[in-house]
Amino acid sequence: MRHLLSIEDLERADIDRIMERAASFAEVGRRDIKKVPTLRGRTVVSLFYESSTRTSSSFELAAKRLSADVVSVKSSGSSVDKGESLKDTIATLSAYAPEAIIIRHPHAGAAKLVSGWTDAAVINAGDGKHEHPSQALLDTYTLLDRLGAGEGKPRTDLEGKRIWIVGDVLHSRVARSCALCFRKMGAEVTVCGPPTLIPRGVADALDVQVSYSLDDLAEADVVYALRMQRERMTDTFVPSIREYAVNYQINSRRLGPRQLLMHPGPVNRGIELSPEVIDGPASLITAQVESGLVVRMAILYELLAGGEPRGSADAELPAPTPIGEPA
Amino acid sequence: MRAISALDWRGTDGAPAGALVIRGARVVDPREGLDEVRDVVVREGEIAAIPSAGSGEVDGAEVIDAEGMALFPAFFDPHVHLRTPGREDKEDVETGSRAAAAGGYCGILAMANTDPPVDTAADVSALREQAREQAAVPTGFMATVTKGMGGAELTEMSDLAEAGAVGFSDDGLPIRSARVMRRALQYQQLVRLPIALHEEDPELSAGGSMHEGEVSAALGIAGAPSVSESVMISRDIALAMFEEASIHVQHLSAFESVSTIEHAKAYGIRVSCEATPHHLVLTDESVRSLDSRFKMNPPLRAEADRQALIDAVRSGTIDCIATDHAPHTSNEKEVPFEQAAMGVTGLETAFSVLYTELVLPGVLGLDVLLERLNGGAEPLGFTAPRIARGAEANLTLCDLDAEWEAGANGWESRSENSCFAGRRLRGQVLMTVAAGRVAYRQRSFAMGVAPSGAA
Repeated sequence: MRHLLSIEDLERADIDRIMERAASFAEVGRRDIKKVPTLRGRTVVSLFYESSTRTSSSFELAAKRLSADVVSVKSSGSSVDKGESLKDTIATLSAYAPEAIIIRHPHAGAAKLVSGWTDAAVINAGDGKHEHPSQALLDTYTLLDRLGAGEGKPRTDLEGKRIWIVGDVLHSRVARSCALCFRKMGAEVTVCGPPTLIPRGVADALDVQVSYSLDDLAEADVVYALRMQRERMTDTFVPSIREYAVNYQINSRRLGPRQLLMHPGPVNRGIELSPEVIDGPASLITAQVESGLVVRMAILYELLAGGEPRGSADAELPAPTPIGEPA
Repeated sequence: MRAISALDWRGTDGAPAGALVIRGARVVDPREGLDEVRDVVVREGEIAAIPSAGSGEVDGAEVIDAEGMALFPAFFDPHVHLRTPGREDKEDVETGSRAAAAGGYCGILAMANTDPPVDTAADVSALREQAREQAAVPTGFMATVTKGMGGAELTEMSDLAEAGAVGFSDDGLPIRSARVMRRALQYQQLVRLPIALHEEDPELSAGGSMHEGEVSAALGIAGAPSVSESVMISRDIALAMFEEASIHVQHLSAFESVSTIEHAKAYGIRVSCEATPHHLVLTDESVRSLDSRFKMNPPLRAEADRQALIDAVRSGTIDCIATDHAPHTSNEKEVPFEQAAMGVTGLETAFSVLYTELVLPGVLGLDVLLERLNGGAEPLGFTAPRIARGAEANLTLCDLDAEWEAGANGWESRSENSCFAGRRLRGQVLMTVAAGRVAYRQRSFAMGVAPSGAA
C-alpha cells in the first residue's frame, strides 16, 4: 500500500494486514511504555480542513506512539484562511519532506488529488461525504475483537454476520466506508433510514440491502447507528427530528440482548440512540475509540514502515519493539 | 435562412478568395446522396464544379492533392463559449475560433454568459467588430434572454436583433420563471430569432455536481437527477406549443429528455435539440476517477441515457451535435471534483472522438454523423453546408486513417480542459474551408508531409 485513500481501493489482504498489525499494537498498548521507535525522525503532517476531535487526536497520538514528529495544520488560522489553494498548501507542506500527510477535507476526492501532488503517503481522514477509511478499519477491528473466534482466538472475518447501518446514509462517509469494508470482510449489510436519506442507486453501488423501516432489525447481529445531523432537518430531508427519532431511534425496545451496537460518534443522545443503549452492555462505542488508536498506528506502520512483504513472498515482518526493550 | 458567410470573421477582409481545386478526395455529402471520388472546384466562395477525379482545372487556382482523403460538408457548432468579454484568460474570439477551424467547423455561435453577459446592442456590436478582426471562422453571437442573466427582465431583444445578435440564450442558467419564459416566447414573434435553452430545474438540481445514480451513491457526491432536465423541457415545450413559438433545447443528457422531445416533435411542436460529443461517448462511470475534467453541466449520465441519446441522434430526434466548448483555466480544475468549474472544451476533438468511438465500431453511420455535425445550422437560422454546385464552399478535408493523440501537440484553444486529452483517436481534420476561404491547415499537411503515418 502506498496511500490509504478509500476502502474501495483496498484488497482484502490489505485489510487483513492492518487488522493483524493493530492487534500487535494493542499488545504494546498494555505495556508500561507504550511508545515504539519505528518512525523516529520521520515527519507526519496532519491537515484538517474540517473540525474533528477524535480522528485528528487519534491520528496524532498514533503517530506520536510511533515516535514520529507531528505537524498539525488546521484550516482556520492558517494560510488556507487566506485563500491559498489546496495544491499550493500541499506544495508548501511537502517542502518539509513529510513521510505522510493525513488529510480531512470537505470535498470528495481531495485526498486522492493530494496523492498526485506529493511524494508523501496520503491518508484520507474523511473526504466530503465520500469515504472515511480509517473509521471503517477501526470499526472492523472492534467487531473482530469483540466477536472473537472462540477459544480466545481472534476472528479474521465477518462471514455470516448481518450488519444494519441505520440513519442518514446519504450524507455519511462513514456509512459508505463501513458498508464497503464489512462487505469485503464477508458480512451481509443492510442500510436503513428514511427514503430521503438513502441515496438512489445505493443497493448496487455498495452491494447492500435497503430498508426504510426497522421492522426487521431483529435479524441484525450488529446495529451501526449514524449521527443524525440536525441541520438536515432544515433542508426538509425529514419533517422533524422528533419524527425521525420515533421511526429510527435505536433504543432498548428495539435492540435485542444479543445485538451489538456501534456509532462513529459524536452521539446525539436521545435522537439516533437512547441514553440507556449508549451505556448498555451491547455498546461498543468506547471500544471503537480505543481501537482507533491502534488501528491508526497500524495504518501508519503499514504505509511508512513496510507492510507488503518485499523480496520473498513469505518474508515475515518484524514485530514492533517497544522503546526500552532490547530490539 | 442566412448564409454562413453572413456571420462575421476575418476572412471577409482583404483580397478576394482565391480559387481552389481539391483533387481526388472521397467526396461525401449524405444530404446530396454523394459518396464518390471527385474533384471539387471552389471559385469566388462557391463550389463551382464537382467534376470526375483529375479533371478539375482552374487557371491560377491552388491545387490540393487530396487522394486518399475524405471531403465533407464542414461542421457547424451552435453552442460554444468564447469567454469574451471578461474571461480572456480562458479563451477569446481568436483562440476559440481557431480551435473551431482546427476541428473542421466553418461556423460557430458563441453563448452570451460572459462576464458581464452580452445583453445590450453595444455588446453585440463590439463582439462583431472583434470577430471581423480576429475570428478564424464565421462567428455569430447570442445575446441573453434576460438582463444580466438575472432571469427577471427581458433584454431589449429587438434592439439586439437589429445589432446582429443571432439568437437568444441564458445558457449556463435556466430561465427559472415560467412567466418570463412565456414573455420571451411571445416576443419571439417580433424578433423572429431562435431561443436556445439550458434546461434545468434549479430546485431539483441544487447542490448536484454529477448525475444522481449508482456512481454518485458510491462517491457520496450530491447528484443532479435526470428529471431536473426533463421537467424543465416539458414546461418549455408546453409554453412553446401554447405560444406557437419555437425553441432550441441545448445539450440533452437524459433518457427522459429524449422521450419528451420525441413526443413533442411527433405532435408538431417546433422544437429542435442538440447533444454533445461527451454525452454521446462517456457516462458517469468516468466520474469514479473523481477527475474534474469529467465535470460538466448537464452531467455525464448513465449508460441507458447515453444509448437513448445515440438512438435519438440516429433517428433525427436530436437534430445536431454541439460541443458546448467550455474553456476553463487549469486552477479552476485542479481542485476537488465538487469544487471544480463545470465544462469541457470540445471543438478540436468532436469529429475524431465521434468517428473513433461511434462510427468505427459501427454504432453510427458516417452519413448520420456528418448530417448531425452541421445539423445545428438550420434550426438556428443558417443554411447547412452542402457539397453541391452553387453552394457556398464550406468544406472539411479529413484523413480518416490518421491516428493521433488528443492534446499531444497542444491545443489551439487557450484552455486544456479536454475530457478526451490523451486518447488515441482516428480521423484527423487536415483543412477547413469556410465561405470559400481556407480557414485552417493542419501543420504537417500544410508542409506537404503525408499526414497518415506521420501523425
